[in-house]
Amino acid sequence: MSVRAVQWPVVLIGLLGVTIYAPLVSAESRPIVSPIKSAHHSDALIELNTGGPQRQGIDVETKSVALSSSGEERTLLNLSPKESWPSPVNDEENRLFTLIDVLEYRPNMSKGERTSDYRWDIEGWYGGDYNRLWFKSEGQRDTAFKADYDVDFQLLYGRFIRKYYDVQIGPRVETQTFRGSNVTRGLGVIGIQGLVPYNYELEAALFIDQNGKVSGRLSLTKDLLLTQRLILQGRFETNVAVQRVEQFTTGSGLNNLEFGMRLRYEIWREFAPYVGFSLDRSFGETATLVRQEGGNPSQVRFVTGVRMWF
Amino acid sequence: MQLKKRIQDRPHLISRRVLLKRAGALGLLAAIQPLLPACARHRSLPMTPIGRQPSTLSGNLIDLVIGEQSFVLDGQTGTAMTINGTIPGPLIRLKEGQEVTLRVTNQLAESTSIHWHGILLPPKMDGVPGVSFGGIQPGATFTYRFPVKQSGTYWYHSHSGGQELQGMYAPMILDPVDPEPFQYEREYVVMLSDWSFESPDRLLSNLKMQGGYYNFQKRAAREFLGDVRRMGFWTALQDYLMWHQMRMDPTDFADVTGYTMTYLMNGLSPSENWTALFGSGERIRLRFINAASMTFYDVRIPGLTMVVVQADGQNVQPVTVEEFRFGPAETYDVIIEPTDQPYTIFAETIDRSGYARGTLAPRAGMSAEIPERRSRPLRTMEDMGMAYMKHSNGSGMTMPDTNPSSEMPSMEHGQHDVGTHDMASRSPDSQTVSMVPGSQPVKHGSDEHGTGNQTVAEYSWNRFEEPGRGLEHSPRRVLRYTDLKSLVPYPDQRAPEREIELHLTGHMERFMWSFDGKKYSEAKNLIAFRYGERVRFTFVNDTMMEHPLHLHGMWMHLENGAGTYLPRKHTVIVKPAERVSVAITADAPGRWAFHCHLLLHMEAGMFRVVEVSGYEP
Repeated sequence: MSVRAVQWPVVLIGLLGVTIYAPLVSAESRPIVSPIKSAHHSDALIELNTGGPQRQGIDVETKSVALSSSGEERTLLNLSPKESWPSPVNDEENRLFTLIDVLEYRPNMSKGERTSDYRWDIEGWYGGDYNRLWFKSEGQRDTAFKADYDVDFQLLYGRFIRKYYDVQIGPRVETQTFRGSNVTRGLGVIGIQGLVPYNYELEAALFIDQNGKVSGRLSLTKDLLLTQRLILQGRFETNVAVQRVEQFTTGSGLNNLEFGMRLRYEIWREFAPYVGFSLDRSFGETATLVRQEGGNPSQVRFVTGVRMWF
Repeated sequence: MQLKKRIQDRPHLISRRVLLKRAGALGLLAAIQPLLPACARHRSLPMTPIGRQPSTLSGNLIDLVIGEQSFVLDGQTGTAMTINGTIPGPLIRLKEGQEVTLRVTNQLAESTSIHWHGILLPPKMDGVPGVSFGGIQPGATFTYRFPVKQSGTYWYHSHSGGQELQGMYAPMILDPVDPEPFQYEREYVVMLSDWSFESPDRLLSNLKMQGGYYNFQKRAAREFLGDVRRMGFWTALQDYLMWHQMRMDPTDFADVTGYTMTYLMNGLSPSENWTALFGSGERIRLRFINAASMTFYDVRIPGLTMVVVQADGQNVQPVTVEEFRFGPAETYDVIIEPTDQPYTIFAETIDRSGYARGTLAPRAGMSAEIPERRSRPLRTMEDMGMAYMKHSNGSGMTMPDTNPSSEMPSMEHGQHDVGTHDMASRSPDSQTVSMVPGSQPVKHGSDEHGTGNQTVAEYSWNRFEEPGRGLEHSPRRVLRYTDLKSLVPYPDQRAPEREIELHLTGHMERFMWSFDGKKYSEAKNLIAFRYGERVRFTFVNDTMMEHPLHLHGMWMHLENGAGTYLPRKHTVIVKPAERVSVAITADAPGRWAFHCHLLLHMEAGMFRVVEVSGYEP
């Protein structure tokens, strides 16, 4: 099947995006001065070794200390103007975070033949506390919403606001099959993500595709601790659209509802295998389109996978 | 399970023996003082905890070498950064009135520094990279020189990145010129610390990704069922829902827990059991130093009472306690009088996820029972600064662990209801009692300190009367900040002329920490003191955690109601939702660091520079 062939270009686009954006983001931060590598420090070395004139900015107090001790010449090496001093704390570091929230195998029992359906939901960011470059990818094969497969990738700028939320904006690429061939579209995204009261992780986004068709997605997840490591994650997701976009199995109005429970065991915080189930149903025009593509608009699926972050 | 970092064994850059030889050849090494067993650990010198050779440096010229070394703890090997090859580093013992020169050589591949914690000295000698100097570059030697103008128990540590967490800390004792106002026959340094095989950056990174990464004592289903049995279904559900509604975790007491930390006493793990011997009938002075990077301890010696005689190196009127809460960077000197039996020195972490432990014994080989750890405490609505809500809102807000005696302490000790901002309140007749700023709850202003601050304490008030969350039910006599009274009045008895209010802010989910909602890198201004002024520095804790605040270069006189006997400290714990005021005599011109002494909070931005300006010689 051509799924593999389709998903790689999308990943490549994403990687390209990260490569382009990453230096931009990191350039915002204050450079961490590493004096040993700085040209200035080696200047100082040379000057002192050749007995050259003393650098301006060495203050009298420290100089006298240096001269009165037996380690004078070594001590002077440390005396540099304040401009080259490092920051006392390193509170602007950029970090890279990747969460593979869903990476699962979904055995298909409804059909006579056995198919290896799958789904993933990956997101992450590179950046600091306030400004982040987000990347998100979702992919699925044979759900009630997408009869064959559907892969999408988003690259978003996110800004931390209102204590709990990241407002995100950027492009999205979506690929799926339509009547046996691949179709791809580009979309613009504006979304919000964060922790709402009662500790639900909310992700809501509005999409406008290249032809002006508008759709939206809302997802909520919530962790319930059975023990410190055995955690039940509830997951709710729904898609809606204003216009019908037949090629992307999207009718106007409510597209689908999905409700899942995944029971994971955190062997480490970063690595947790899980089992669970997912109830998925599409509605109205969307259900008709799914049926036309040979899919089942109402599914109960058992899932098994692994949740990871790093 | 533990994330195992790839550990590299590196050759010792300089061995202790070589160092001793060099120092000895120069005639620099001080006499070994048998009363002070070192807290030293050296890999190539495996030693039993008993009979450990002391490593004490004294004199006018002291050489320290910073190096990287492998460190073995309970069978696991990691890489440590050490001062003279040991964890803790060598004890530096000086005499009040002397002048000392300390040459610190950096044999690391990265920049380093040594900060002399709590010592009054010229600002260039304070050892904070970026504030006092540029740091000590690899291969370089920096010479510190300062007169010793004080006495007491102190310590010194790296102020560069996470090096303190990696082993760079050591005790420092300054012997007084005048005889001490208490007697003892023997003394020991008890230096508490914490060690992780994960790098400091890894710890910080994990916390940035997941605020509760190291908390394995969250409220789970089993605890909920227990609370249902205890409180009834609806009350329990309401309580749990309330915390979820606020997006806060009432079990958040320690960011870094026993999951990754091993808690050390004089460099030894609980199983290695640091042991100190004593003779019968002896009075022993224990010099407790909390050198932990991220750990509050509750310290006690079951079977003994402790007479606190010094706090942060300063004499206080003796107060007898059975337990004290010990913030990072604080020191307490206590006198104990053991009888002819072994005792456990038990330092339980504030979240009860682990402990440091040692033994006091009349003979080698003895040990006492290790107490059971208490159950993990819970935050309450008071810690959220919502105490008034609790009263007005009825049972729905009642917390399972709320102690009636800890409700609104403001009314109980507000003897002088003169208002928080009345600066001329210290009446001349009140020698031993004075107003405690913040004894009346103060409502928070409208500024919520921006998106980097999660919550504000709707009401903040002084909580010095409380022993601290988790100790409120203790049957033991626990030290409170109101117990601390200076032995003699300090010279500057002026009432503060003005007040600077600073809010402690942060975001638990994102592990952001700041003052007034701004990280160090976002803060545009220094905190300005005028030379010679007496200024009140007021801290309002809008977060749900305790923070040990440390001011360099000057004393903070704790405004705890002790009249002319206000104690002075270099590090002050501020409880959740608490309002703490300290009076400062701005007598040290220059720039000084001011920060939370939880290392990762500081590194995340809970840091400021205080500048004392206007000095004209």
